[in-house]
Amino acid sequence: MSLFTMILKMSEGLGRTCAIFFLTILFALPLGMVVALLRMSKRKVVSAVTRFIISVLRGTPLMLQLLAVTYGPYYLFGFSVSRNKLVPVIIAFAINYAAYFAEIYRGGIESISKGQYEACEVLGYTKAQTFFKVILPQVVKRIMPSVTNEVVTLVKDTSMAFTVSYQEMFTIGKQIANSQTSFMPFIVAGVFYFVFNAIVDFVMGWFEKKLNYYH
Amino acid sequence: MENVLEIKDIQKSFGDNHVLKGISVSVNKGEVISIIGSSGSGKSTLLRCATLLEKADSGSIKYHDTYVAKTENDKEVYLSKKELNKVKSYFGLVFQQFNLFPHYSVLKNVMDAPISVQKRDKAVVEEEARELLKKMGLEDKADAYPCELSGGQQQRVAIARALALKPDILFFDEPTSALDPELTGEVLKIIRNLAEEKMTMVIVTHEMSFARAVSNRVIFMDGGYIVEEGDPEEVFGNPKQERTKQFLRNYQQ
Ligand SMILES: Nc1ncnc2c1ncn2[C@@H]1O[C@H](COP(=O)(O)OP(=O)(O)O)[C@@H](O)[C@H]1O
Ligand SMILES: [Mg+2]
Repeated sequence: MSLFTMILKMSEGLGRTCAIFFLTILFALPLGMVVALLRMSKRKVVSAVTRFIISVLRGTPLMLQLLAVTYGPYYLFGFSVSRNKLVPVIIAFAINYAAYFAEIYRGGIESISKGQYEACEVLGYTKAQTFFKVILPQVVKRIMPSVTNEVVTLVKDTSMAFTVSYQEMFTIGKQIANSQTSFMPFIVAGVFYFVFNAIVDFVMGWFEKKLNYYH
Repeated sequence: MENVLEIKDIQKSFGDNHVLKGISVSVNKGEVISIIGSSGSGKSTLLRCATLLEKADSGSIKYHDTYVAKTENDKEVYLSKKELNKVKSYFGLVFQQFNLFPHYSVLKNVMDAPISVQKRDKAVVEEEARELLKKMGLEDKADAYPCELSGGQQQRVAIARALALKPDILFFDEPTSALDPELTGEVLKIIRNLAEEKMTMVIVTHEMSFARAVSNRVIFMDGGYIVEEGDPEEVFGNPKQERTKQFLRNYQQ
């Protein structure tokens, strides 16, 4: 197989790789906020349960979680989440990344001084106004570097989908490598991820710069 | 005399720490009251109870004719949240640490609450905000961000932000304590101007000569009590209580 065919075949999986990436971001970013707020709940039970769930999600391999969501329901209850494998893959990724984002958000929220809340309270802002107008924008700025780290990791983590044979770029590359007994597909995959992350870096850097109008 | 605020016999504890042991303060329209006292005597806690950042354990707080809190059958009862929001427009608070919103420009810091809390017309609010900034000597800083300003300028923005909501009474909790000595003057001058305009104010301060010059009444707090209260010339020039004398002596050194 020529290098060109190889790249072409692997490119076909690139759409799926992007699907995992963007859909995970789309769901995990807001879900992480919900998890963070539950984690910071004043109700001890809620925060303890959330904390436990977060530690399980961060303490076990994503690979295992992918297998659990994709095949677990079938072995346990005799049905699959969906015939389209993208669905369980996104569920597993979104939940896993939400756990990481939640801890980042929590750190960001807790780093905002009490004085900001008190100023809002005295000025008469509602709880929602306080959070969305004053706290969240400052949190977003502070957590940008950590979020960028996670997003870069996510680009590479999309390759985990090979564990459930979801036909994204890396899975295809691995199959080609096996059938052709060639190492070339892995090099191609490496280049793909590297370029992908260069773009991610550029976009996140641009965003960080936009938020640099104050400190 | 029109009464703006009446606090009667409020008590406040943090755990075992009995911080306010029955404080009563009455503020009339146009009055400027300074509160002095050593650190830990409960001055901030008193302001925080008055501005509803803390809840008193007992006693009453009344703005104009509205009881915000009072003791009924041995229980401290506060107004409902909705009613409290209305009362909040009666007062403003200037913090020691300014607490400006760093992500908003100076102008937006001043304009945002009148627009999003009081739902007032944006064009009118902007005109008033610029006028306020001019009064604070900051008309050329409208588009700057707080991080670009000196401490004294930030505190003046904070005063403008509080005034933009047109409060009937303005509280200051050590407004110059976080400032470099050479910057306190500009903030004190603004407060003095407000006093001349008959703005009702309660000021916690360690600036004794300022307190003596600007206030109609001085309150000395110690250990959770009001130990002495009266005309500034009396309290500073001829204190009656031993503890007041001692405190002022320490300050003169
Ligand atoms: N939120 C709080 N929790 C526990 N203790 C507090 C709190 N706020 C104030 N205190 C205590 O109350 C006492 C009076 O504090 P404060 O009102 O700040 O005094 P001042 O402003 O006169 O220096 C101090 O002993 C302080 O430690
Ligand atoms: Mg204090």
